[in-house]
Amino acid sequence: MSELGNIIEDMIQRLLVDSVDHTLLERSEGGGWEGDLWSKLEENGLPIMLAEPKEKGGEFGWREAYLVAMAAGRHALPLPLPEAIAAGWLLAMSGIEAPEGRLGLAAGDGLVVEGGSARGRLSRVAWGRHLTHVVATACDQVVLLPVEGCAVVPGDNLAGEPRDDLVFAGVSIQSAPCPPGFGAETSRQLGALLRSAQMAGAIATLLERSLAYAGERQQFGKLIGGFQAVQHMLAALAEESAAAAMAAEQAFVALDVGRDKDFAIAAAKVRTGEAAGKAASIAHQVLGAMGFAREHPLHFASRRLWSWRAEFGSEAEWAERIADIVIPRGGDGLWAFVTAAQADPM
Amino acid sequence: MNFRFEPLSLPPEAENLRCEVREFLTEALRGMPVERRADTWTGFDATFSKALGARGWIGMTWPKQFGGGERSALERYVMLEEVLAAGAPVAAHWFADRQSGPLLLRYGTEEQRRELLPGMAKGEVYFAVGMSEPNVGSDVASVRSRAKPADGGWVLNGAKIWSTFAHLSHYMIALVRTSGEAKDRHAGLSQVLIDLSAPGVTVRPITDITGGEHFNEVIFEDVRLPASAVIGREGDGWNQVMAELAYERSGPERYLSSLQALIQMVTVAAEGHGGDRLRVAIGKAMAHVAVLRQMSLSIAGQLQAGHAPNLEASLVKDLGTSFEQSLPEMLHDVLGLEPSLSGGDAERVHANLLQLAPCFSLRGGTREILRGIIARGLGLR
Repeated sequence: MSELGNIIEDMIQRLLVDSVDHTLLERSEGGGWEGDLWSKLEENGLPIMLAEPKEKGGEFGWREAYLVAMAAGRHALPLPLPEAIAAGWLLAMSGIEAPEGRLGLAAGDGLVVEGGSARGRLSRVAWGRHLTHVVATACDQVVLLPVEGCAVVPGDNLAGEPRDDLVFAGVSIQSAPCPPGFGAETSRQLGALLRSAQMAGAIATLLERSLAYAGERQQFGKLIGGFQAVQHMLAALAEESAAAAMAAEQAFVALDVGRDKDFAIAAAKVRTGEAAGKAASIAHQVLGAMGFAREHPLHFASRRLWSWRAEFGSEAEWAERIADIVIPRGGDGLWAFVTAAQADPM
Repeated sequence: MNFRFEPLSLPPEAENLRCEVREFLTEALRGMPVERRADTWTGFDATFSKALGARGWIGMTWPKQFGGGERSALERYVMLEEVLAAGAPVAAHWFADRQSGPLLLRYGTEEQRRELLPGMAKGEVYFAVGMSEPNVGSDVASVRSRAKPADGGWVLNGAKIWSTFAHLSHYMIALVRTSGEAKDRHAGLSQVLIDLSAPGVTVRPITDITGGEHFNEVIFEDVRLPASAVIGREGDGWNQVMAELAYERSGPERYLSSLQALIQMVTVAAEGHGGDRLRVAIGKAMAHVAVLRQMSLSIAGQLQAGHAPNLEASLVKDLGTSFEQSLPEMLHDVLGLEPSLSGGDAERVHANLLQLAPCFSLRGGTREILRGIIARGLGLR
């Protein structure tokens, strides 16, 4: 990994490893805002790490954002940090000045933009009730909406993370055309991209906890990790973890170096989503009844995975998008498509 | 974490080579039936191997003085993935290029290199690998074939089995015992070079479930070997073999074997048949291809940089072969075609791959052995 990557990874680990503990995670499921933790993230510049992105001469790119989003998933960070980073990037790339406050990200398919105002519904916005502004793409525009004054329909996901519908009845907005090469679907794509990294992180946690348990739990007079049946399950879990991390990272890299992002992001969401289901199933099998108990932290990862794989589109939805890209090229064009999509622009 | 897959960008010279290889393959494979393209690296065609050798695409990374091209491992990777994706018949030169050549380069005598490597690189000299024996499968360390010192050389007795294309190869590199007893396990094993035309060598093809003759039983009765037949250090064969296996675990051949099934699925969909289930299946399979390719490339990059990513390579091989095996199942699931070698393109590819697929997770180390290696890498053993 690059030196910059190491610095970022160390910083985020240091910030999250002690703060995001069992108590905080249980408390956060009430839907509140973990203000102290958010302040710490802000002090370290993390929510705005792509507000001056590499494309505009800044220090950080999507590779570094991957490390942060993955760490957020790994620690089950109950705050919309990945969303804030992507929203900041979208504003920067479209030349909209970022407002003070807490910035969120939403898929914009329920939004109608007319002139300087927007109306409609942004669905399942992460921590929507606590945001000051939300960024979405709709009608090939990047749109910045103030949350104040909209109707908030509270909701949450399986892991108790707030997922609120924000309903706008003609609110005055700032907007600008999407960056070149990006369309109306961009905010949904970025959401899928972020969830893929978070899933890779949560799966790494499942592996870590499963290995730790297999190395301390004894049955029949020996560690359960010594049984071949258990070893082979853990090997399969490690494989899913490795595949999920690669799937997510290659999509972030694609954005950085200008490879085919549509294919890369869709592949990331499909593959991490598939890994999420398999990995959760194996980890729960390895941890047995312990992992099924609320007091064990395994569920902070597994319940998130079951939600995240569906958020911003499930595997089937993204698989169909890949099919839409690939099928028109025919069977004979399949391999040429893969190699071209994954090649760096010359 | 115990493993890490650094993303890799292929250098421009590798991408340029891709175009050249593609052009060559379009010509060389014109009119090749789709079910033969689904043979992938079990298709044997000396004419093709010689043509590939003439282009300098066998032994690409070897020194020029031994017939190689002194090109990078990443260029070789691109050539390989192109050849495999096209379903070219690579079996004749396959083991020489992938295993035997690099082994001789590393451990062989100057004379062996000079005598054998140029012919391998031309696609004219073929090698087989001798690992398993009758009654010795995954437990390779318990081989019983034995070379005893005699008259300044060796006399070999024993048998090897499942040696792919030994009946069409000129040489075999086999793992045999040169000292100690079976209880010594890894100690006392050596890799030996055997001329398959030598007196006392009998090669018996074994028919496989497709009806084809790919692999063989090779019997050695008082076969005389020169002293130089032992490759590398006498008694160090086990370590050499393990290093060799790590190299062959993560190549593109570990996830591309069933690509023809996916190509057929896309062809059917492009003709407007199949519906949503086919489309979803195609999308999911493409996501796997995208990720496996990046993982496999990442390992190629680590090998190029001089690292030994053994755990990573085992993870990729198990993932890759599971994916290869899933494709014929997927084709059955979404198209429901009866596999038939006398049917249409999709039926013929399906028929061939269904029968070949069981060996994907056997060859080069079974899934169970791999998962054991992974468990060790994870600290469980």
